[in-house]
This record gives sequence, C-alpha cells and structure tokens, in this order.
Amino acid sequence: MPSLLRNGQIEQDSWLPPTEALAPGHLATVSQYVEASEKPTAVQIEPGEGIADVLENLDSLELVAVNFPAFMDGRGFSYARELRERGYTGELRAVGAFIRDQLHYLSRCGFNAFQMDGESALEAAKASLNDFSEHYQAAIDKPQPLFKRRAG
Amino acid sequence: MYVYDQYDQAIVDQRVEQFRDQTRRYLAGELTEEQFLPLRLQNGLYVQRLAPMLRIAVPYGLLNTRQARMLAKVSRDYDKGYLHVSTRQNFQLNWPELADVPDILADLASVEMHAIQTSGNCIRNTTTDQFAGVAADELEDPRPYCELIRQWSTLHPEFAFLPRKFKIAVCATAEDRAAIHAHDIGLELVRNDAGEVGFKVLAGGGLGRTPVIGSVVCEWLEKKHLLTYLEAILRVYNQHGRRDNKYKARIKILVKAMGVDAFREAVEAEWAPIKDGANTLTGEAIAHAQSFFTTPEYTSYTDSVETLTNQSANDPIFANWVKRNTCEHRVPGYRAVTISLKPTGIAPGDITAEQLEAIADLADRFSFGELRTTHQQNIVLADVPSSELYTLWQALQKQGLATANIGYLTDMICCPGGDFCSLANAKSIPVAEAIQARFDDLDYLYDLGPIELNISGCMNACGHHHIGHIGILGVDKKGQEFYQVCLGGSQSKDASIGKILGPSFGREDMPDVVGKVLDTYVELRTEEETFLDTYQRVGIDPFKERVYAKPAA
Repeated sequence: MPSLLRNGQIEQDSWLPPTEALAPGHLATVSQYVEASEKPTAVQIEPGEGIADVLENLDSLELVAVNFPAFMDGRGFSYARELRERGYTGELRAVGAFIRDQLHYLSRCGFNAFQMDGESALEAAKASLNDFSEHYQAAIDKPQPLFKRRAG
Repeated sequence: MYVYDQYDQAIVDQRVEQFRDQTRRYLAGELTEEQFLPLRLQNGLYVQRLAPMLRIAVPYGLLNTRQARMLAKVSRDYDKGYLHVSTRQNFQLNWPELADVPDILADLASVEMHAIQTSGNCIRNTTTDQFAGVAADELEDPRPYCELIRQWSTLHPEFAFLPRKFKIAVCATAEDRAAIHAHDIGLELVRNDAGEVGFKVLAGGGLGRTPVIGSVVCEWLEKKHLLTYLEAILRVYNQHGRRDNKYKARIKILVKAMGVDAFREAVEAEWAPIKDGANTLTGEAIAHAQSFFTTPEYTSYTDSVETLTNQSANDPIFANWVKRNTCEHRVPGYRAVTISLKPTGIAPGDITAEQLEAIADLADRFSFGELRTTHQQNIVLADVPSSELYTLWQALQKQGLATANIGYLTDMICCPGGDFCSLANAKSIPVAEAIQARFDDLDYLYDLGPIELNISGCMNACGHHHIGHIGILGVDKKGQEFYQVCLGGSQSKDASIGKILGPSFGREDMPDVVGKVLDTYVELRTEEETFLDTYQRVGIDPFKERVYAKPAA
C-alpha cells in the first residue's frame, strides 16, 4: 500500500496504478476514462494527453493523479492549475519522478497529495512544502496576487 | 528605482535559505547531480570549464550605487576582484566556490539583489532599453511594466520547468533598443487608433541554432491584461513546446510548427478563462509600480550647454568622447553617458571591483546614485549634467574607462566563449582582442561609422552574432576551432538575421577577414551610407568575392 503526503499528513492509500484494462481499485488512464460508459471516479493523466473529457466531468471525480515521468517535465504543473481553475475540488495527486524541492510549486499549482517512496522521504518532503511564506502571483493556494494584497 | 518592501525582502531571504539547504544536501550526497542541476541553475549557478560561474540578476539593467559596491565587494571576497556584464544586462562572477554561493546570495540579498532565474528552463530576467525614462523618443517609461513582469515571473510556480529558457524584453521607442524581435516574447508600448497606450505582443523570436524574428500575436493589448496574456502564452508553450530535443524546444519552434495564426488561436483559447481573472492588473497596481520610476529632481541649468561648449573647444579629446559616448537627454542641460567596457586588450564587458566602485562614486556625485548595464555590455550613467561631463570624463580616464568607441567596430558584443564556458565550441575573447588590436586607430573607426560586431563561441548565440552587422560564430570542426562570418544582421526596428558569408576561417585569419569586409564597404559606400546601408544595397556577393579571392600569383 503506497504511502503519501496528503494535506500535509503522511497517510496510506489503497488506489493502485492504471493497468491495461480498467479494473476496480485501479486508476483509469485518460483513454480508459474517455471510453468508459460509466465514468470512473479516479483517473491518471500523463503529460501530453488531452484532458477535455476529464474537464467536463470534474464533479464526478474523487481523485486525479498527474504523472511526472521525469522531474524536469513541467507539463503536470499546468494540468493542475487548469483542473483547479475549472473548479475541481477533489484530491489532486502528483505521482512519479518529481522531487521534494518541487513540492512548494506543486502545491501552489493545486496538488494536495504527493506520492513518494518511503516514510523518511515523505517526512523530509513536508518541510519543503513551506519553503516560502510570501508569493507575488495569484495561484491556487493564494487566489490574490501580491499587488492586490499590498493595496488592501 | 524599485525599492523592496517586507514582502520582496522575505521572498529573497527565504530563497537564500532554501538554496542553502539544497546546497548542503547536494554536498552531503542527498541530492543527485541531476536533481541539483536545475536547482542551482535557477539560482544562477553554472558549473563551467574551470570553475563555477554565478550570474547575478540586474532587473532590466538598473542598479543603485549600494548594489554596485556590494557587487565589487562580493567579487573581492569570493572571487578574483572583477566581474563581467552579460548580454542580458546581468553581472557574472567567473570564479566563485560552490560552497560559498549561499553566503554570496545572502550578501546580495542584503542590498535587494539575487540570482533568481538567471539560468535554467524558466522565465529569465526581463530586459529593456538602457535609456528608459530619459530617452527623448520614448512613448512611456517601460520600467514599471518590467517590474510588474519581474514580480509575476519570480518563482512562478507553474513555469519553473519549461521546455527551455524563456526571455522577455520590453521597449517603448520606435527605434527598439531592447532587441524585442529576438526574444521569446517581445513587448512594445504602442498607441491604438483611439490613442490609448497598450502593448503590441510578439512571440517566437530568438537566436540560437535557429534564428527567428518574432511574430506579432497581438497588435494591441490593453495594459491590464498584460500578465494574464503572458500566462496564456506560457501555458501554451509549457504544454506544447517540444521536450524531446533541446535544440527544438524554444517557443520559436512551436510558433513555426503551429503557424502564427494557430498559435494565436491556442493562446486566445487559454486566455479566455483567465482573462479578467485574479492576475488582471489594477490601475492601482500600475500606479504603484510607476511610483518608483519618477523623475529625479533635475536642476534647471542655464549655463550647462555653454560650459560644455567651452570645455569641448579647449580639449578636442574630451569633445570627441562627448560626441561618441554621450547622447541626448529629454531634459535640457543633461546628457546620458555610456561608459565603454571595451578598451583594447580587455575581454568585452569585464570590469574590475575598483572600476565599479569608481563608477558608483561618480554615479553618486553626478547621476542620482543610479547606474545601468546595457545588453551591449557597457554601463550607463543616465542623468549627468552637461557641465559636469568634463570632471566625470577626467575621473573615468584615470580608471581606464574613457574609451570613446560607443557604437563603433571595437564596441563589440562578445560571449565568454571557450575560455570559460563549457558549452562553447571555440574561444571568442581572443578573437575580439585580435580584432580590437588590429583596428585600434580611432580615426579609422569613426570614418567607418556605426558598426555592430557580435561574437558567439557557439550556436547558443549568447554573443548575438546573428543580429550583428558583422557576426562571428565559433564552430568546431573535428576538434579544431573555426569561425564562420555572417553579414547584414540587425537588432533594431528593421531587425534581420545575418547571412552566412561562406566557409569558415581559422582564428588567426579573423582580423584579415574583418579587414577585407571593411575594405569592401569603404570602396562601395556612398557618402551617407553606413555599413548596413551599403550591405543592404549591394548584397553579400561583393563581400564574398573580396574575402574569398585567391591571392594574386
């Protein structure tokens, strides 16, 4: 059972990664999601995939995972912001090769869960979530940019 | 200029502590080389051929004298006592120790400086016209918008792992002294038909392996939409830019592949849901940014011009320096001074700690305590009373900073090249020095008129060779250094990419090759023509024939 950092706490999770055919307990791939007649409640996005169908059914989803096949591949950051901007409120989970030094940015983009190997890695990663207390831009965690907060 | 408040200070201070911990973990083996790479790059730290190199940000090229003195101090305390001005208006230290970098950054943070995003696949330092705010031909001061872009792009959570680096430039004059056509995004302040000032937005320009002039994606954008529109462009690029080949990863390749119309449509589609969203600028935010770039308290001099005329008449060497290195200011009685960092025998853009301190003292005495770096790798004092120019010039002479060559052949742009940079195919500084040594007769240079000669040590084109009137590119052929020449590039309003002259040359041939190019121009020019004019009239062939002619038997 993979452990993850969810809303700042280390927790266990029972969702399993996507498989070739959609199976109970497993995340759906985007194409499985598109083809399914009864929409799954958990889906995993890979970089480069079009997610128009996912964006249309955000209310019925409880988990969206975004995979980072390489930590330098920053496409997942934009998926997260797009999902949150369109009103997705469920769990948004980063999986794959991202590193703890990206956690602060990932959480600003709307990720609230991070799947990493090992409790010690998760414990250390917690600290990186709070690398900065102030930010210039509006993002998912702070809906007002600094220029508006300064004025207020 | 912009002054930090507690928010800005907290952000840079926390950044220093974040990097201190990352450096510690790297040195302790907790972060791999591959993981540490983008982290150090986004804090300005390269690992070069001989030592690390630290690139320190100078937002849009503007700094105060406290910052200049700190740069001098840092170069003495942690390096070899000199710095280098880069073509993105930043300062570079060539010899710091990796373990010292967090301390250097902490020292810089104490004077509101940093090295954030001066490298890496993220949004880099926004650049602008070095004469912003004092230029007579300016529509509006572009610096408040540069500052708004600086804040928006600093530690932007979504755009720190882009396919490749991303550069934005802003200009507000028809002449365009910021090379906006050669940037990933170029912004020009322009009026629409109703007379309102907004932005013309260009995207997909760039140099490097595939030089491209930017395409217009929006003819006129209302100011308040600046940040959301930039966000939409960046989002399209982040999602669709190529990540499989680093040489095809810049936005220019994406714009070309999609076609500018399809690209514009994609941007508009991304923009629609965020337009008028939280990052929409308020009038208050723009006014706040503008409040930092107010007019200094200029004195109204009555005898300033007369003093200058008399001093010039008495000292022709001074008069010549005034003519070559100073330019008109929008306030009568003042001039903007360009201090040349291109004397013969010094790597273009290099400056010692003593020289920088001397310039800081002069800026305090004569130019409201501010100085500017230029993308041509010089330093500008923008607000000098004409009557003080003589004293200033005498002080500059003592520091070896009075070379009167601004805009002429030896005022060349040159990257650090193979002497320092691990990407370079060839050295560039020795070529620059050989050309400077050959053409050190100032009267000859003045007779040639304005010529931009740009040298890059590799395809990455940090020396902007594509947009030099004469461009030189270092290439590697079977382990040997060779140099390719291109002609007719231009960085200004009529921006164009230079054409390759022909087969490349050995390093020792370069002064001769440049000499033949110049001879061809001198023979063919009409009285009023600059080098670029003649080139545009006669084309590349006469130059080619001359340079590649077989010597007479």
